[in-house]
Amino acid sequence: MAQSQELEVQEKKELVSKEEATVPARYFMPHTDIFETDDALNVILEVPGVERKDVEVSVENDVLKIDAKIGFKNYEGLEPVYTEYNVGHFTRSFTLSNKLDQQQISAHLQDGVLTLVLKKAKEAQPRRIAID
Amino acid sequence: MALTLADPFDALLQFQNALDSFRASSWLGSGPSARGSYPPLNVFRKGDNLLLTMEVPGIAKSDIAVQVKGNTIRISGSKAIQYGEGAALHRRERRAGRFDRAITVPVEIDPEGVKAECRDGILALYLPRAERDKPKTVAIN
Repeated sequence: MAQSQELEVQEKKELVSKEEATVPARYFMPHTDIFETDDALNVILEVPGVERKDVEVSVENDVLKIDAKIGFKNYEGLEPVYTEYNVGHFTRSFTLSNKLDQQQISAHLQDGVLTLVLKKAKEAQPRRIAID
Repeated sequence: MALTLADPFDALLQFQNALDSFRASSWLGSGPSARGSYPPLNVFRKGDNLLLTMEVPGIAKSDIAVQVKGNTIRISGSKAIQYGEGAALHRRERRAGRFDRAITVPVEIDPEGVKAECRDGILALYLPRAERDKPKTVAIN
């Protein structure tokens, strides 16, 4: 269904938080898809303009935090003439349930899309029960 | 308006505020399909030439087609999202679909020199200004 319809622009969601960062800049929350399969939870974030070395994924106190910085150097010497979107660093955090194995998280970045696969803890995986 | 990035700590914030102030810019306004469709684009000027940037996360180079005719640029393609089998969706914010957008820039560009680069989800089009459109310096007697 979604393949044949016309794409519309989604505005970037700006982050409004109680704490301020030490370096003044506006932060945005990347658009995220979260879906669950039998053995893992997949978190997919759109972070255009971010290179692999500028992504930080960390888990602390059951909170998954994603920080992705854009390369501001690329914009040096450029004067904006017409704009439809803003640019900035991305950050978003999610609270994880204890059903996830927090040691086993894999991350993959391609074409500005960051895919995180969080494996479920062994106890949480569905067990098939054989019927005699 | 030249951006002077004298204070490196504030530089990004100043740039972001500048980007915001050009949102209502009518520079591109008169074209028939200048606004409102995907992908969102920014136009920058560097000297005489223009740079167009678009955010196209999740779209591979092969799924985008760029065509240039005169001063009109057409960007079309499709974005696909794969969810995998047996997936239970908890949150869906990304969108998939086709896009086809044409914009006309108000300056003359050299269609032969247009270069396109797509990396890390950003499509950048380098548009050099046509020689005949560049202003000529006039000597004062």
